[in-house]
Amino acid sequence: MEKFEKITGVAAPMPLVNIDTDMIIPKVHLKSIKRTGFGKNLFDEMRFNRDGTEIEDFVLNKPQYRSAEILIAGDNFGCGSSREHAPWAIADFGIKCIISTSFADIFYNNSFKNGILPIVMPQEVVDVLMSDAEKGSNARMTIDLIGQVVTTSDGQEFPFEVDAHKKHCLLEGLDDIGLTMAKKAAIETFEASMQQARPWV
Amino acid sequence: MTAPKTLYDKIWDAHVAHEAEDGTTLLYIDRHLVHEVTSPQAFEGLRMTGRKVHAPDKTIAVPDHNVPTTLDRVSGVIANEESRIQVEALDTNAKEFGVHYYPVSDVRQGIVHIVGPEQGWTLPGMTVVCGDSHTATHGAFGALAHGIGTSEVEHVLATQTLIQRKGKNMKVEITGKLKPGVTAKDITLAVIGETGTGGGTGYVIEYTGEAIRNLSMEGRMTVCNMAIEGGARAGLIAPDETTYAYVKGRPHAPKGEQWDAALAWWKTLFTDEGAVFDKVVTLKGEDIQPVVTWGTSPEDVLPITGVVPAPESFEGGKVEAVRRSIAYMGLEVGQKLTDIEIDTVFIGSCTNGRIEDLRAAAEILKGKKIKEGMRAMIVPGSGLVRAQAEEEGLAQIFKDAGFEWRMAGCSMCLAMNPDQLAEGERCASTSNRNFEGRQGYKGRTHLVSPGMAAAAALTGRLTDVRDLM
Repeated sequence: MEKFEKITGVAAPMPLVNIDTDMIIPKVHLKSIKRTGFGKNLFDEMRFNRDGTEIEDFVLNKPQYRSAEILIAGDNFGCGSSREHAPWAIADFGIKCIISTSFADIFYNNSFKNGILPIVMPQEVVDVLMSDAEKGSNARMTIDLIGQVVTTSDGQEFPFEVDAHKKHCLLEGLDDIGLTMAKKAAIETFEASMQQARPWV
Repeated sequence: MTAPKTLYDKIWDAHVAHEAEDGTTLLYIDRHLVHEVTSPQAFEGLRMTGRKVHAPDKTIAVPDHNVPTTLDRVSGVIANEESRIQVEALDTNAKEFGVHYYPVSDVRQGIVHIVGPEQGWTLPGMTVVCGDSHTATHGAFGALAHGIGTSEVEHVLATQTLIQRKGKNMKVEITGKLKPGVTAKDITLAVIGETGTGGGTGYVIEYTGEAIRNLSMEGRMTVCNMAIEGGARAGLIAPDETTYAYVKGRPHAPKGEQWDAALAWWKTLFTDEGAVFDKVVTLKGEDIQPVVTWGTSPEDVLPITGVVPAPESFEGGKVEAVRRSIAYMGLEVGQKLTDIEIDTVFIGSCTNGRIEDLRAAAEILKGKKIKEGMRAMIVPGSGLVRAQAEEEGLAQIFKDAGFEWRMAGCSMCLAMNPDQLAEGERCASTSNRNFEGRQGYKGRTHLVSPGMAAAAALTGRLTDVRDLM
């Protein structure tokens, strides 16, 4: 997994609330058995007409946001299904950080597994960041995971919270399966005790 | 004396395999359900790293999302090449890694969340995960069950654990009795209408109260299924005699002495007197009416007697979202919900594809014909539900009424297989999501109970099922 320490980039505003996983990546694009290549279908039905041409007023089609690395989104981003194709598509497009007032739990978890940092901020902060993002490509925001702070284009700083374990994995680009397998002894001890306590499982 | 615990606390505590100082926990997983869409990358990951499935005996695979539901599927191959490759990948992975498997040709095949309970894989007090958000369904048994992403699928395959932090406790109490025509589907939609789709985020919900207690296992599964639509990863209902009666005798349920031991433990699985919930929501059962969704979020729910609301009656970002919804759905503000004409009816899914759901639909359809031009299909949740419905004579009622009687699968709930809405088509659906494009590009979905779906098929518009009872 790619490491995440600090990025400075363009932030795209998507104020719509309840952006769901079917919007992020419609199911017709879930049929691949690979993890890569989903970026071209990110927000497919909002981004493209049926004939494949771009819908001009969709934010990521606007010249100033085409290379956005940060998304400022409305409440409850990523609700819906557990499909990891959603963060795969977001990462493949090049977006590395999403800021909203809240995220759906499964999407939130899935993001960290794919080098994407989801940041929860209070409404008043998201409002400031949304306005900053609306300034376009000249307004570059900085996300510093080490210092846990977001800096707007005009220098306003907003600290954010992140789970220590998730932060560590993101900073180091760690595969947590390897970390867990190092605890194999604990898992096997637990299994042995369960065999006694709940043999029917 | 130990502090009083909630049901969630008890199941959680019984599955902690390791806890780090910062509270990060390795939660042991008792059952891992697997389907073809969210697993191929996980199995591929194991292959690339030379890892094995840690507990193949606790891993159950079944193809459901992509499978055709037409009667000729047993003879032919899947026409859509990408779908065929996904199903074939599951075939190969199940064999190679030695997990339990119900292929399309097996009568027990069906939607993973219907097959698990049906086969007795899902038991009270277990931890159950699947790369599918509707894993919440299994919470009906008093099992801690939730959806996970593909990276986590790979993690569970390799280690039989998940890295977790404990969620908060939320109680949803439905007091009193339900009125005639009101079902588990109406309960679960009414709750989402009350809490919003983000209201359960970060929580595990325990559903309690007389109206919940009085539900069958099928009804309880419907309620828990849609916990995720309220934002909660998991919904729970404490096991009781109804649960034990459902579980007993199922192929993978414990037997003999093990049954007795299991039962003794299951009877300790309830929220202690005095245990604290972080959030409580209470609805009166008698206030719940047959409901329908009008918009493109499951929280856009109203009694069938209502009208399409005005965007201005909402607050914040929801105003714009409602404006967008109403335009997408092709509705007028103030329009009576019972005036909305529909052209398609879908009865099925992990929300409402069980035998009781089919009985409820048959009750309304018996001896009647669907409206001319209506496209109506019933997709049983599993091959065994299908067989039982045929035995009970329900299938004949559906066919006589003009419904297509399909093979088991997820079908038009998410329209990954050929069962889809065309642009502009409008469906009364017993499924769980009314998102834009969910049932097909520019398709329009109204979520309802099976009885309401059947009623709509007869009249050609959204209909109060109580008018036909």
